Amino acid sequence: MRRGVAGLILALLLAPVLALISSGPASAVDTLCLPGPDKACIAGTIRTEDGPLADVKLTVTDEAGTATEVTTSETGKWNVQVEKEGPYVVKVDESTLPKDLVVDTGEVTVAAKFGVTKPALLTIRTADYSASTSKFDELVQSTVNGLRLGLLLALASVGLSLIYGTTGLSNFAHAEQVTLGGMLGYLLINQHGLGLWIGGLVVVILCAFTGWFQDRVLWQPLRRRGLGLTQMMIVTIGLSLALQYVYQYTVGARTVRVLQDNPSVREFGPVTITNQSIVAMVISVIVLAGVGYALLRTRIGRATRAVSDNPALASASGIDTDRVIRLVWTVAMGLAGLSGLLYALVTNGIKWDSGLQILLLLFAAVTLGGLGTAFGALIGAIIIGLVVELSPVLGMPGDFKYATALLILILLLLVRPQGLLGKPQRVG
Amino acid sequence: MDTIQFILNGMMREALSPQTAAVAIAVIGLNIHFGFTGLLNMGQSGFMLLGAYGFAISISNGLPMILGILFGFGAAFIFALVLGAPTLKLRGDYLAIVTISAAEIIRYVGRSALLVDFTGSAQGIPGSQYTTGFRNLSFFGTGSFTLIPFNYTDVADGAAWVRIIGWIVAIAVIVLIVMRFRSGNAFKGLLQSAGMAGLLVFGVLLLFFLFPVPYQSTGVSGWWVRFVAWGLALLCTLVVFLLVRSPWGRLLRGIREDEDAIRSLGKNVFSIKMQALIIGGLFGALGGMVYVLSSSVQPDSMGRSLTFFCYTALLLGGAATIFGPVLGSVLFFAGRIGIKYTAAAYVPDSIMSNQQTEQFSYIVVGVALMLIVIFRPQGILGNKRELRFNV
Repeated sequence: MRRGVAGLILALLLAPVLALISSGPASAVDTLCLPGPDKACIAGTIRTEDGPLADVKLTVTDEAGTATEVTTSETGKWNVQVEKEGPYVVKVDESTLPKDLVVDTGEVTVAAKFGVTKPALLTIRTADYSASTSKFDELVQSTVNGLRLGLLLALASVGLSLIYGTTGLSNFAHAEQVTLGGMLGYLLINQHGLGLWIGGLVVVILCAFTGWFQDRVLWQPLRRRGLGLTQMMIVTIGLSLALQYVYQYTVGARTVRVLQDNPSVREFGPVTITNQSIVAMVISVIVLAGVGYALLRTRIGRATRAVSDNPALASASGIDTDRVIRLVWTVAMGLAGLSGLLYALVTNGIKWDSGLQILLLLFAAVTLGGLGTAFGALIGAIIIGLVVELSPVLGMPGDFKYATALLILILLLLVRPQGLLGKPQRVG
Repeated sequence: MDTIQFILNGMMREALSPQTAAVAIAVIGLNIHFGFTGLLNMGQSGFMLLGAYGFAISISNGLPMILGILFGFGAAFIFALVLGAPTLKLRGDYLAIVTISAAEIIRYVGRSALLVDFTGSAQGIPGSQYTTGFRNLSFFGTGSFTLIPFNYTDVADGAAWVRIIGWIVAIAVIVLIVMRFRSGNAFKGLLQSAGMAGLLVFGVLLLFFLFPVPYQSTGVSGWWVRFVAWGLALLCTLVVFLLVRSPWGRLLRGIREDEDAIRSLGKNVFSIKMQALIIGGLFGALGGMVYVLSSSVQPDSMGRSLTFFCYTALLLGGAATIFGPVLGSVLFFAGRIGIKYTAAAYVPDSIMSNQQTEQFSYIVVGVALMLIVIFRPQGILGNKRELRFNV
């Protein structure tokens, strides 16, 4: 039971806050506290990693020592309305807790403020759950998670980088293609009952087709028109906006899953990992190796690298650049779709804005490795994945794990603007 | 008829909304970056969020309003310096990637649970904590009113023909104004300027006559907020008009067109770009402060999407024009609401549910952005020759 220690601690810390934000109509049975100009609210959720705890008593004491008692609801939620600003001590009555629970934080002080609902974070866990895993075990587990994220990012960012290399375009809609993979997976495999392997293959082929189709009807005509790269980039932003809301329009704003049942788990020493994650990592490595081989050893791969290096020269030496670019779009979108499908499988679902959330990680990966270099993107993606998963273990607050990755990108640009594998003359 | 009136009234309300004015101010700043200097700033929402945080956090911690405004500007100033220093010497894409990343970092930090006592984390800071002082400044009194008391219902009991004639005249006036602007000599000579100003005032009065909207005088989202927000938007337009006519403004265009040429004239291109980034960012911060005056500071409402909407508004109105940002913002927000209401009114629920009309309007926004850039990159007011810039 050492499942994602860091993630769990983070979830425990954030649960009350998230519960407050998401307390929509679903929790209508809970009494609601509405802060006003002269009223403040203190609220929270009492839960363990197994679920919420109902009928737990808490006392909220103000500075003068007046205590208010409150009981948690069915969903473990509680709230108190107070008439004065200032510090309040929230304490959980341990005798009302079910047996076999360990109270990590049973008492917190919250500064109430008018017009605001302040969360009180109390952490309670089951006795057999050990929060005291060694730092080393945590590190190993996070490294594996980081590699997993990095490989998935790499699938998408290799394509992003190839598109940048061959056409000079920063494709903001790339992340929506990642979402598309997950969404198609949901529609075909979950809704229409296709088998996982067949369905996955169909998803990748469909995504690759969208790439071919996009280049055919949109990007190639725009290149022929001589539309500037800045303008093209804004077109990709428009496309990304439109696609996001198409997903929301058709599937809704909820998180959807490709497979309904919970994946089975394996343990390797300190590392716990789902079977799906292992398969996803193996597939990523094979596909990435295949792309690498194709780029280095095949004719069309060499042509792609030539176009990436210098389109005019490649064209002059008899390479059909339009054909290469068409192929790059097709392959890149297929890879992005695969990445989205695997992402949805290993992270238990995909949402209309999942792509938006990883877009910046993709850009960070591509820029870190060097704009336009496929192998740089691969290295960049692995680094970004590791940074995202390892930074909470190494002491960054969990909320900042994406911010850390972006910060590293900015710092790297300061010292090495061309990225890790980029050539200096690429910078204007 | 009533449905159309309802839709148009809704568009009028959205066009007048203080948040439209706030975005217009931010777009004016973005116009300095992107339109005049050619800087691809993808993090205007970060400037807005910093302005809003500086303003709201200082006031809700008991500082006077003027200090709040200064802190808002100060935060944006430092942000621009930090962003510009590493990237302005590099190619444009880098600025885009760094600004969008930095704006996201600001949002992540703002919604972090660690800073809950300052930023209220993801819930944000409610307006009641910082807008009281602003509302107390109002000299509009209490109660509510419509902007001009005389409206279409006073002529022949608001018969259909009155409204139809009114709408046709309004459209004609708007087209005339846009054509005058496009011809580029809207404000040349005293007589022309006076004519133009008269036409503008007439157009605005006509719109208020056709679509009367009542609001509270000083309430949370009343006339006072609207008056200040639009007053600031017009003031910013004037400031930009004066700035870009100056020698400094010509330098900006020069950098956009050919950086090396300006460098060869002995100008410090880096320093001028930095100045442009800072000034545009300050406009963004001001926009952020206005944005939160009638609502609350919510980090997620000022994310990447808002920057993208700013770009849509800018390109719609016309980049590198004086009135483009204001026109674009008004058209963008009013147009989106118009699409949403029209879809809700005329498309049956079985095809498009009420919630889907909202998403439908955003799909149209995305497609519209693509179409504008492909077929009319100069927007409504712009000049095509001016917009061949590339980064």
